[in-house]
Amino acid sequence: MQITVNVNGADYTREVEARLLLIHFLRDDLGLTGSHWGCDTSNCGACVVWLDDTPVKSCTVLAAMADGHRVRTVEGLAAGGELDPVQQGFAECHGLQCGFCTPGMMLTARWLLDRNPDPSPEEIREALSGQICRCTGYENIVRSVLWAAKQEAGQQPATRQPG
Amino acid sequence: MQVPAYVEYEKAASVEHAIALLTRFGPEARILAGGHSLIPMMKLRLAQPETLIDINGLSELCYLRVTDGQLRIGALTRHAQLLDSAAAGEHFAILHDAERVIADPIVRNWGTVGGSLCQADPSEDLSAAFAALKATMVIQGPGGSRTVSAREFHTGPYETVVAPHELLTEIRITIRPGAGGSAYEKVGRRVGDWPVGAAGAAIWLAGDTIAEAGIGLTAVGAPHFAAAEAEDFLNGAPATEASFAQAGQIAAEHCQPSSDQRGPADYKRHLARELTVRALRRALARAKGAGQGAPEASR
Repeated sequence: MQITVNVNGADYTREVEARLLLIHFLRDDLGLTGSHWGCDTSNCGACVVWLDDTPVKSCTVLAAMADGHRVRTVEGLAAGGELDPVQQGFAECHGLQCGFCTPGMMLTARWLLDRNPDPSPEEIREALSGQICRCTGYENIVRSVLWAAKQEAGQQPATRQPG
Repeated sequence: MQVPAYVEYEKAASVEHAIALLTRFGPEARILAGGHSLIPMMKLRLAQPETLIDINGLSELCYLRVTDGQLRIGALTRHAQLLDSAAAGEHFAILHDAERVIADPIVRNWGTVGGSLCQADPSEDLSAAFAALKATMVIQGPGGSRTVSAREFHTGPYETVVAPHELLTEIRITIRPGAGGSAYEKVGRRVGDWPVGAAGAAIWLAGDTIAEAGIGLTAVGAPHFAAAEAEDFLNGAPATEASFAQAGQIAAEHCQPSSDQRGPADYKRHLARELTVRALRRALARAKGAGQGAPEASR
């Protein structure tokens, strides 16, 4: 079947099998390997992308279901050569180590901040609760999202923790 | 790498079109809603439909509204929409309790209420919540629509009364006047997992007496996700801790949990009793407070 998906603002038309999963469409058909293929069982969240306006686990969505819809991946977070504040926050606060979970974490964080510009640490943990990080213990991910929230609110964020 | 087997795919343009497609492709066709149960099962080849009929474009099945004294939930409503619905929380706090602990926020964005019910997993949460609320399901087929009670909807694990050429379109819950409250209590191993056991309760009061009670149970082998004997005991009983303890005992006696990797049967039976009591206690606090959506009471 032929599908057309708008990914990060550009339309892509491809011939696919109906059984193709969205994560494989993005990585293998479009070469957008920023989205990671992790557990394959909707548990880890490494594959999170936006389908229209909400994050979804793209290992559990068929590419066909995205036909005629918008998809946003980590490649679409930066705008005009400028990193998204969430990306800046992850860099500032050491929000990643191996980086495997990071694209999904950042896309969910972006969604959270769009809905709730001033989240508490608990609200951030709840929003990210469907995603697994095996490096950071989540602490620095939460700090990264808080940093981004403060940055967007125009407050001078605390910079890197000393030591 | 888990990949579904080869499958045909059709996009439904309307409810009538979906039913026409179901009729044309027969019992080996499956409705694809959120897909968060079906696609994992297809990846594991536990499900191998010949044709998927994608209903995600049917916005007419995506709503929550209060009409004619009922809360009506379109079958394609996403879990996140139910959790965000002020009307649902105001009238039936049990639905928000349950939604907060269904899967995780990302899965809730795409998984649907109707899909969860039709998947009919014996550990599914909303099945117990709707059993407690004595909801009604609306099922549409080629000849029109019919309604069945939540307690007639499931015929066994992964089986419902929805025929191969039919579609669940709506869930209805009657909003009763007077003091009522509801709550859901779940014990799970971690975020996103199925419950080890869970119980939902809805009560309506006449003074200090329980005019009517509804108790739903999931993951513990309760027939039709309900504790009918415990409800019978509570109807007309005083709304007291002693009544709740007895109802919990009865609920535990009438369920048939199985031992599995989530826990031994005797522990699940214990959960059925204890969670029934906790859900009733919280439902009562809400009934005595500012209605169903009253803030968290003592637990």
